[in-house]
Amino acid sequence: MEVPILKQGGFLIATIQAALTDADLLKLHYALVEQVGKHRSKGVIIDVTALDVMDSFATRTLRSLAHMVRLRGAETVICGIQPEVAFTMVQLGLTLEGISTALDLEEGLALLTQSSSKREV
Amino acid sequence: MENEICITIESVSDIITAREQGRTIGKGLGFSSTDLTIIATVISEVARNIIVFAKEGEIILGTAKQGGRHGIVIIARDLGPGIPDIPLAMQDGYSTRKGLGLGLPGVRRLMDEFELMSDVGKGTTVTMKKWVYQ
Repeated sequence: MEVPILKQGGFLIATIQAALTDADLLKLHYALVEQVGKHRSKGVIIDVTALDVMDSFATRTLRSLAHMVRLRGAETVICGIQPEVAFTMVQLGLTLEGISTALDLEEGLALLTQSSSKREV
Repeated sequence: MENEICITIESVSDIITAREQGRTIGKGLGFSSTDLTIIATVISEVARNIIVFAKEGEIILGTAKQGGRHGIVIIARDLGPGIPDIPLAMQDGYSTRKGLGLGLPGVRRLMDEFELMSDVGKGTTVTMKKWVYQ
């Protein structure tokens, strides 16, 4: 299943709906990196609320996605990591170092708005 | 082991099938939602190791009983190249392919029982158990 990408003001929101195959995750990579340029977006939110598993592959994919988006001049916020998923990630030793996270979509948008207004000053 | 089911792992979509089956079995046994996430994640890791290192293999899921407690058994088996240095593979943060191979020490931490058998050139079998906490 492909991940829909919504444009909200200057930001892009990708909501991951269900367990994604590797191909879907790679497609999301390409789509986001391209759309950041097309819409001149300053921020990207990846909403993973619906993800019930974050294994080492998914974590690495999100990490590289955030790095690519940063190279294109935008910030990434990962939001909605479920408590059980956070617990399991820590036990497995998986980290999202250097990437912003937020509790939910609302917090994620607030975080991006804050950091982009800081940059304009 | 009882109620055994076997899932052939040969493509990435089989990983998702296997972890969903694991979740269903775990739910039936009465695992907490955190434990169900752990079970699904562990299956995801070992199934991915099969695809990456051996290309194909199988995940066998079942239930076990021991002294009045119930648990899930997860076996990941392949006829791939095997692991030449098991202590090294079990070291935290060790990885033969960038970002992969990290799975095993973490998986061992998440499960109650963990056994790794590997013969170079013959294959690898990982047998794991998790008991329902009462």
